[in-house]
Amino acid sequence: MTDMPGSIAPDNRPVDVAAAVAKMEALIGSHLGSYLDACVHCGQCAQACHFHEATQDPRHTPALKLQPMTRVWRRTKAPFAGLRKALGLAPELTEQDLRDFEPLIFDTCTMCARCTVVCPMAIDVASVVAATRQAFVAAGLGPPDLLQAADNARDKGSPLGVTAQVLEDRCEWLADEHETEIPLDKPKAEVLLTISSIELMKYPDSVVAMAKLLNYAGVDWTLSSKGYESTNFGVLSGKGDVAKIAVNRIVEAAESIGVRTVVIPECGHAYGVMRWSGANILGRPLPFEVVHITEYLAALKRQGRLAFAPYAKSAVTYHDPCQISRRGGATADARYLLDGFATDFREMTPTGNYNWCCGGGGGVQAMARAADVRHEVFRIKMAQVEATGAPALVSACANCRLTMDESKAALGWDKELLSIVEILADNLVPKRAA
Amino acid sequence: MSLVELIEGPLWWLALTVLLLGVGWRIVALLMVGKPKDLSVARRSGIAGALEALLLHSVPHGGNLGRTLYHFMTGYLFHIGLFVLVLFAAPHVAFIEKRLIGVEMPWWPELPRWGFIIAAEAAFAGLILLYIHRMTDPVKRALSDIDDHIGVWLTFIAMLTGCLALQEAHAGLRALHMLSVEALLIYFPFSRLMHAFTFAISRSYTGATYGRRGFTP
Repeated sequence: MTDMPGSIAPDNRPVDVAAAVAKMEALIGSHLGSYLDACVHCGQCAQACHFHEATQDPRHTPALKLQPMTRVWRRTKAPFAGLRKALGLAPELTEQDLRDFEPLIFDTCTMCARCTVVCPMAIDVASVVAATRQAFVAAGLGPPDLLQAADNARDKGSPLGVTAQVLEDRCEWLADEHETEIPLDKPKAEVLLTISSIELMKYPDSVVAMAKLLNYAGVDWTLSSKGYESTNFGVLSGKGDVAKIAVNRIVEAAESIGVRTVVIPECGHAYGVMRWSGANILGRPLPFEVVHITEYLAALKRQGRLAFAPYAKSAVTYHDPCQISRRGGATADARYLLDGFATDFREMTPTGNYNWCCGGGGGVQAMARAADVRHEVFRIKMAQVEATGAPALVSACANCRLTMDESKAALGWDKELLSIVEILADNLVPKRAA
Repeated sequence: MSLVELIEGPLWWLALTVLLLGVGWRIVALLMVGKPKDLSVARRSGIAGALEALLLHSVPHGGNLGRTLYHFMTGYLFHIGLFVLVLFAAPHVAFIEKRLIGVEMPWWPELPRWGFIIAAEAAFAGLILLYIHRMTDPVKRALSDIDDHIGVWLTFIAMLTGCLALQEAHAGLRALHMLSVEALLIYFPFSRLMHAFTFAISRSYTGATYGRRGFTP
């Protein structure tokens, strides 16, 4: 395996290598095996990775992140594994390997899938990294703050400690403060709105904005104290049990209310997890549709249930959250919402499905030790925005927004960061005029 | 049995058998590992996504051409040159007709001498440029292992001995080419050279997974 001096995890926690191997063996299916078999070490993925782009460090080559799992695959489940093992051609995964690769598997992969676009084999490195994280956590590794966030989600209902009581208190306060209804625990409703605790604690105006938009359109919706947290730090951290608990909370809440639709707020990974992995984590199809807030608002706009005054304050550009656009397939709806609304809308280059990541996806935002490299990555976004000439950047993910806000402060950048739901809600045409 | 007869007879059939059984097993065993069914509600067809990925990943896309131009040019140069040589070099066509299928193929085009030279130059240039990059580029150096080097050298030797044997002036040179090809064929199923087949499986899985979501990356 590649020698990478200087990348040893900065702690001396005991490492259970056998547990990591067992977890990898359990998780490697034909799809992951095909990725591990197909990589030809061409290195083109490095050209698409924001961590490599920002640092020019070859350790940040996405294909390198396949190596721990490749080692296990070639020794255990791959065709000719027995032959390789017998001939001594399939070395074991070692504790040192795990320690060396821990920062690469966690701190410098946002699972954004830009590398998949450029890969001639179309290897989905993100899915290999997600599975590898589970193995590393089984071995006892992983960034402590990310793991703590997952434990908070399991024990308190939210990675930021938003308990059901905190939810109730804050919603009541927000409803009073902004004179809008934020229904909580309606016994029956058409729509269950979920929130991310990042929004509730750091960007509460987003929650208010969603409430105003849904109320304006006359949607029969509610929040639920049984299942409100849309983020899934179980998936991000590689804690499969926490991932299932988080999905289950929302599913049970949705089923008890009898909703037809679960709306995911401005959170990219929450959308990816619930929309594309929720049923697989749970082991059964979901009895409701899962949509991102931009998809839901776009549908309301198409139905003529939303009317906006034009946003002419400044030119704006749009940052595509990777898990909503490239990995989520919901790229078009944010643009449909901005179309005819933002009077001077400018696309970045590249944009849409090929956009650069903010640097904080995949749980990297929650890792304090990754802050410096995140800020370096953000310089790519800064250059993209500046090339458009727009003074404001709109997005539809609170995690991207928090990442970019922190980097903006660290680097002293002067552009404005906006939330799409907030600018839409702020510009609703009053009902009588509409 | 002379050494030449051994190389052109039993050893050839042994190499071919190892190749076919090895490649077949690699593919079958990989697929037999299985994959959990995707229970999410698809936005569009996974099959369409798989087919799209199979084609799309043959060319740079997503605005990445400028970043990967060297890989693209050298990769295509090598692969096209090699395929043209393998399938259309006159001695290969005669070998396929006489030794492999036993049927004349008058409709199968044969490369003229100038065509052989162009294809060989393309293949050699591509392979050498790719290898120089592997030896000098920090990213590729970090990724490369012994398998990458063995695969390149076996291919290079097979191509070089093929050029030496082109005139068919000496049975020994022809046997040397066959021996190097046999080494390549035997090594093939156990190595990364299998990407000639696994590329389709990998692309299809990604295309199907993402295609269901609505966008094939």
